[in-house]
Amino acid sequence: MKFRGRVWKFGPDIDTDRIIPARYLNTSDPAELAKHCMEDADPEFVAKMRPGDIILADKNFGCGSSREHAPIAIKAAGVSCVIARSFARIFYRNAFNMGLPIFECPEAFDGIEEGDEVEVDAGTGRIRNLTRGTEFRAAPIPPFMQELIADGGLMAHIAKRAGKG
Amino acid sequence: MTITEKILAAHAGLDRVEPGQIVSVKVDVALGNDITAPIAIREFRRIGAERVFDRSRVVLVPDHFAPNKDIASAEQCKVLREFAREQDLDHYFETGEMGVEHALLPEQGIVVPGDVVIGADSHTCTYGALGAFSTGVGSTDLAAAMVTGEAWFKVPESIKFVYRGELPPWVEGKDLILYTIGLIGVDGALYRAMEFTGPVIERLGMDDRLTMANMAIEAGGKNGIIAPDATTRAYVEGRAKRPPVYYRSDPDARYAEVIEIDVGRIRPQVAFPHLPSNTRAIDDVGEVPIDQVVIGSCTNGRIEDLRRAARVLREQRVAKYVRCIVIPATQEIYRQAMREGLLEVFLDAGCAVSTPTCGPCLGGHMGILAKGERAVATTNRNFVGRMGHPESEVYLASPSVAAASAVKGRIASPEEVVA
Ligand code: SF4
Repeated sequence: MKFRGRVWKFGPDIDTDRIIPARYLNTSDPAELAKHCMEDADPEFVAKMRPGDIILADKNFGCGSSREHAPIAIKAAGVSCVIARSFARIFYRNAFNMGLPIFECPEAFDGIEEGDEVEVDAGTGRIRNLTRGTEFRAAPIPPFMQELIADGGLMAHIAKRAGKG
Repeated sequence: MTITEKILAAHAGLDRVEPGQIVSVKVDVALGNDITAPIAIREFRRIGAERVFDRSRVVLVPDHFAPNKDIASAEQCKVLREFAREQDLDHYFETGEMGVEHALLPEQGIVVPGDVVIGADSHTCTYGALGAFSTGVGSTDLAAAMVTGEAWFKVPESIKFVYRGELPPWVEGKDLILYTIGLIGVDGALYRAMEFTGPVIERLGMDDRLTMANMAIEAGGKNGIIAPDATTRAYVEGRAKRPPVYYRSDPDARYAEVIEIDVGRIRPQVAFPHLPSNTRAIDDVGEVPIDQVVIGSCTNGRIEDLRRAARVLREQRVAKYVRCIVIPATQEIYRQAMREGLLEVFLDAGCAVSTPTCGPCLGGHMGILAKGERAVATTNRNFVGRMGHPESEVYLASPSVAAASAVKGRIASPEEVVA
């Protein structure tokens, strides 16, 4: 699977309150949450971005709360994938569990500028900067997580194991 | 093995585990709240699950936006209530019994030493103070555990923190953990277990230990943990709903890092906006006028915290044009504060005292900040917009510093108020 889109850059330690502020957590409706995606990091984000675009962040993306509303908001806003130098652990887990593709890549942040056109190959972890003709490699996805993705997320994985899927 | 490795191994049915190994473990308690459980319940239903794995081990606490702050929150709490009723859960806490989840579960003896606990709330790491492996997960992980009674984990490497020396006056558990986060940064313990050890920890009361473990997540930690000792046993006795199991790290346990901290020169700490790691000693704060003080939350809403706040607020007045909101974290703490006359102290000082709730901690209700306003809070996060308007500011501190700041109307040391 390949993702292709324009890149929106964010700094280090983008916490879940900036991804989706708690004042909107009285709902878990994806369409509602999508309207406020990244609002406290960049209030214009939802208006500027196009479906398929990519978020590129510095270290520790998604730190803070365990709210799954954060990956839900990003996914529902139409972001195709997130690349970061590193992810906070609960966000990392949540993203896999619910099927938002994320890629850990220490080098991509310095080699890609905002607005660059980027293509990510989920299978190989190859990240190509089409604007500048450069290339980076994301950390490989551990086999156990690949299994989760192949089954369509954690719940589908469990349903399959229980013979209910 | 470390205490974390031992607990995970025991729950995975293995003799040994190594850091990096992915294990599936039995979960003793699975927790959700009014923000995260509705998604978990939706997922639970979506795969056609009918019963939770154990009705005494799935715990639901509507505490974030409860008592219901608006119609949408009321709907979310209703989802929990109906699910609890349908599944006949032992531990569902209605408004009136409800408290902030991470204060409530240890107090009620629902989590015990040696447990594996997952909660769809990042501060689930709090229970590490009892010597349990306890960590925050998302709603989907909670849903999976509700069905199977299991969760998957990568065994974390551990960092050992050794605290030595004499605790100076007015330096509390909150100052120790803020200082530690200031030292290593908000991702200083990313994916790792933070094991708090040393003579200072051994002398620390349970409320301070809970405060420290609570903020492990603020350094990116997977869990915070403290080996059980006599203090733990005394706390657990008479509360534990199940028999505890006491684990400790082996003398030859392997650590990714050992960090020694001499507490003798630590001063009360204040974390400036907008990261918990942005800490300064109280002496280096300068003139920071404030509009609001919040004393409460899963970090510092326990009885010892309220005692400390009351010690500073006794026979004082909250500064003019400053709101001081005190929120006992549970009904039992509320009642105890009443018995000890602490509520009277707060009311005399001009504080608002609230029923237990997360409330302002996450910018939910009961004390939201307007644009440009500043608060000193005993909570755990000072992210952008955490307590209200994106251009408001939150400064994190101990109950003593928060109370002193309420009196002075600016960030202040308790030494300025109490002779
Ligand atoms: S008190 Fe604050 S940090 Fe603790 S559970 Fe509630 S919202 Fe979360």
